[in-house]
Amino acid sequence: MEDSYIKTERGFAMKLKGVLLPHKKGTADCECVTIPLPKSVTLPMLMGIGAPCVPAVKKGDRVTVGQLIGDTEKLLAAPIHSPVSGTVTAVEDMLQMNGRTCKAVVIESDGEQTPCPDLAPPKLTDKASFFAAVRASGCVGLGGAGFPTHIKLNYNESKCKVDTLVINAAECEPYITSDCRVMLEEPEAAADGIRQVMHYLKIDRAFIGIEDNKPAAIAEMKRVTADDEKITVVKLKSLYPQGAEKVMAYNTTGRIIGEGELPSDKGLIVMNISTAAFISNYLKTGMPLVTKRLTIDGDIVGKPMNVIAPVGTPISEILRFADCDPMKAKKILMGGPMMGVCVYDPDTPIIKTNNAILAFGSESERSKKQTNCINCGRCIAACPLKLMPCRFERAYDARDKETLSRLKVGLCMNCGACSYVCPAGRRLAEKNQLAKELLRK
Amino acid sequence: MDFFDIDNTFKLTVSPSPQIKSPVTTQRIMLHVLIALCPALGFAVWVFGLRALVLTLICAVSAVGWEHLCCKLRDRRSTVGDLSAAVTGVILAFNLPATLPLWEAVIGTFVAIVIVKQMFGGLGQNFANPAIVGRIVLMLSFTADMTRWVLPFERGADAVSGATPLVSRTASYADLFFGRVGGCLGEVSAFALLIGFVYLLIMRVITPHNTLAFVGTVFVFAFLAGKDPVFEILAGGVMLGAVFMATDYVTSPQTAWGKIIFGIGCGIITCVIRFCANYAEGVSFSILIMNILTPYIDRLTETKPLGGKAKEAKS
Repeated sequence: MEDSYIKTERGFAMKLKGVLLPHKKGTADCECVTIPLPKSVTLPMLMGIGAPCVPAVKKGDRVTVGQLIGDTEKLLAAPIHSPVSGTVTAVEDMLQMNGRTCKAVVIESDGEQTPCPDLAPPKLTDKASFFAAVRASGCVGLGGAGFPTHIKLNYNESKCKVDTLVINAAECEPYITSDCRVMLEEPEAAADGIRQVMHYLKIDRAFIGIEDNKPAAIAEMKRVTADDEKITVVKLKSLYPQGAEKVMAYNTTGRIIGEGELPSDKGLIVMNISTAAFISNYLKTGMPLVTKRLTIDGDIVGKPMNVIAPVGTPISEILRFADCDPMKAKKILMGGPMMGVCVYDPDTPIIKTNNAILAFGSESERSKKQTNCINCGRCIAACPLKLMPCRFERAYDARDKETLSRLKVGLCMNCGACSYVCPAGRRLAEKNQLAKELLRK
Repeated sequence: MDFFDIDNTFKLTVSPSPQIKSPVTTQRIMLHVLIALCPALGFAVWVFGLRALVLTLICAVSAVGWEHLCCKLRDRRSTVGDLSAAVTGVILAFNLPATLPLWEAVIGTFVAIVIVKQMFGGLGQNFANPAIVGRIVLMLSFTADMTRWVLPFERGADAVSGATPLVSRTASYADLFFGRVGGCLGEVSAFALLIGFVYLLIMRVITPHNTLAFVGTVFVFAFLAGKDPVFEILAGGVMLGAVFMATDYVTSPQTAWGKIIFGIGCGIITCVIRFCANYAEGVSFSILIMNILTPYIDRLTETKPLGGKAKEAKS
């Protein structure tokens, strides 16, 4: 009962559907190792959603660890700091994964790791100072989307009243175990981060949603929140995409985040567990977001492991550390196999939102051959949002905008569950994205 | 852009997510259906002798042959590998009396594969179940051969023919259940068909909605009409139709509610034909009519996306 139903404000309801994936969480027991300092780091001025930062340094400048190197006046952005001490060797244009270019700052490390003298734990007095501190930390949503955290927390109070904090610790993608390691290695920090957010935002309940394939993490989080009745650890079925924001919000609170709505419109803030842990660490040390926990895995990785790496480290360097020759790879993914992005260049730097690097020696586990849709309805049954991907495909191929908007293709969050289950190997998720693009025109 | 000239051997594949796919393929699904058809085939051979096996093989092989020929004529990659043509052939054979001349069966598979399936664009594009249309065309074209029912366990040239239980209405439940009756090849044993049904459910090939709605409706309708409901669901083609033909993905609705409406419709039309019309059996016509209605049912039962409607005013 407890596992498949959720008590909502309107009574009991079924939890959302999903698909069973192979977990492949072989690195769950691998404690994070700090990688040797890279010779140089490349910091793109745009990491995730929002406006690009403007470089605050120029070629030849000396920088220290934690020093601000990029910021912007624009609202939807978080500043960027240097993860190493050394010299700026270039400020140049860089091609991003999405095909656009942005400025990037290249810093050559001097190996000293001299901390920036200005770093100090922020002084918190009220809500405003908390938001300012979160902004100054360079914090973005570490679950993958990279939405600037200070914007998420500083919701429009005149419009909505947030009463619940949902901590996303589902980690539903195969292979990835970095959030799991956060919960095992610094559960106190994670719990403290949650309490800080609840304290400054005056939220009086929090749910931590964790998939049941991480029993050790569930036990740890239960232990550190045992004396706090405001925080509830929710064990969720290991069903992909349990960690999608809307799915997580529904399966913990029963609230539906509708079309075009933010979680705050429904009284929720959904935050990743790593983000919460980082906020706590920042408030204690004042060290901004300059390193990332990453899972390194894949069939050609000799030593699958979890690492802590400076932001901006080239992927190839991390892969070599994990005993993997990037030249042998046919496919390198930033993120998990369901939603991760294929990398075209192994020297691509890791950014704040990365949580895994996967390297594979074969092109893809996906068959290349597509056959006719057989109308089986598996994609409809797999979609957590009850969309009809096979119908989107037909409507998109006919450029039928009316049907696409009636069937709400705009709600698709590109989790890929439909493509995963399709017996005909149709690339439904891809078509959904194209259809959304068509509707935007 | 230095990523193009690393040793000139550098190749990374970039493709849209997701990168993994479930092991379930069309071919595997069709293989499961073929396996699920085996118990009924076994019973057919037991009841009607090797002739049943020969007829089934001829149907399967000719169906595959027609499919291959069609693909080659249209200069397309042959789709026989997905096994759907073989499934159609076997299901059509199950709808034929064991004594049907083999050349007539080949005409049946021609209608099913070439006219109904390939001419509409191949697997997934046909509006009606190919095997059903094949059976109906044979029924109308070779009515005498299609209604010459062999009595069970009568083999050889002097096989005695007789009425199917639907006409004679004399068979016991046990005979109907275990197939000791006359009739089409595959429809005689409800027991064997149910084994196939359970197998398909366990393998998650089908959901029970269509089948249960179909059989349940026939049961209730027969009861209300004052007939023997158990007899009505066991005799004739209800079990075969409900398990293997009403569940055809391509020609039945996609959502659970759609499948239930489809099954209820099949049940009602079957009963109306059986009780009020000239034909003793109405399963194939009922499924054909519901096949035609499927796009409308699909439109009627479109899912309501989560959070899709601005029904709650923003508070």
